[in-house]
Amino acid sequence: MTGIPITVQTLGVMLAGVMLGPWRGALSMALFIFVVALGAPLLSGGRGGLGVFYGPTAGFAIGFPFAAFAAGYMAIWLRRLPVFPATLMAAIFGGILVLYLFGITGFKIISGRDWLDATLVMAVFIPGDLVKALIAASVAQAVAKGLPDAIMTRRS
Amino acid sequence: MISLYISHPSWMHRVPAGLKLLSLMLISITLFPVTYLWGMVIALTLTLALYASVGKPALLQLRLLTPLAPLFLVIFLMQSWSVGWLEASILLLRMLILIMLANLITLTTRMDDMMSAITPLFVPLRIFQIDPKRIAFAVTLLIRFVPVLMAVIQHLMEAWRARGGKKQIWKLAIPLTIQSIRLSDHVAEALAARGGISASPKTRVVHDESR
Repeated sequence: MTGIPITVQTLGVMLAGVMLGPWRGALSMALFIFVVALGAPLLSGGRGGLGVFYGPTAGFAIGFPFAAFAAGYMAIWLRRLPVFPATLMAAIFGGILVLYLFGITGFKIISGRDWLDATLVMAVFIPGDLVKALIAASVAQAVAKGLPDAIMTRRS
Repeated sequence: MISLYISHPSWMHRVPAGLKLLSLMLISITLFPVTYLWGMVIALTLTLALYASVGKPALLQLRLLTPLAPLFLVIFLMQSWSVGWLEASILLLRMLILIMLANLITLTTRMDDMMSAITPLFVPLRIFQIDPKRIAFAVTLLIRFVPVLMAVIQHLMEAWRARGGKKQIWKLAIPLTIQSIRLSDHVAEALAARGGISASPKTRVVHDESR
């Protein structure tokens, strides 16, 4: 068990961006995090409610829409590449780079640590998220074959 | 129903949602300048007393805090190392109190009450032609489809187990994604067939005036 439980949560963020595109992806994540704030226990481990936004991982929750936007934007930018590498890079950019930017900033503000320490604490979770980026790309590739129209970031 | 809400009534349930949210904001502002350990201990005691006054179901929900323990430990160790255990304790107590108070609001406020307390904040979005009612509708849809998607996941898991459960479980994410996209397409079509989520005539007039 960890403070930021290793779950499929960030996989959802990556897929939202890659599948729905920047705006819809970001809106879907904003809606999700809003409903969590209203009191739905939809985060990993059944967490939810306003307390999430006062905890050490508040930055991640707030970063979800931005991460989905970044992933979607990147996926569109790379749409000339084959599906797998394009969505993999988009998922890493949005779901890891941008998301951790928010997560680390939030942790830094709340824990009063400096950037390096905050980054080191959060870096523990990056390997797991790299695996999730690979899964997101595999899912996108499979969906591209089965339901080509469903991937909004690859419509011409 | 998916919610952390405690249906057992208490005095906290009767306080309007907006007032509770405003109090939380004020408390978080007043707690930040407090730098004495005893101040935090008093605040924590008061918070616990508040939980006790709501009743046993609320006290039981304190277990929601346990997933935070490892991260709290890391923060405590790092802070003790650099600025001392006293500062570390104050920081963590402040965080703990605010999380507990925020959770208590969630436990004692129905989601639709929370929604109607927050909806006025969306009114400025009318400038961008977004009707706050659409947001409320989206929230309702999301809540409605959580159990539906849970059932989809359960079916996929059962089928996966029936096949022996040997292949990598992550591959279930593929049919799950395809099924949720199909599902959302169907819902969108059904909504469109019923005339869509049109704004009420009253809000249309507001839009017209703003043009």
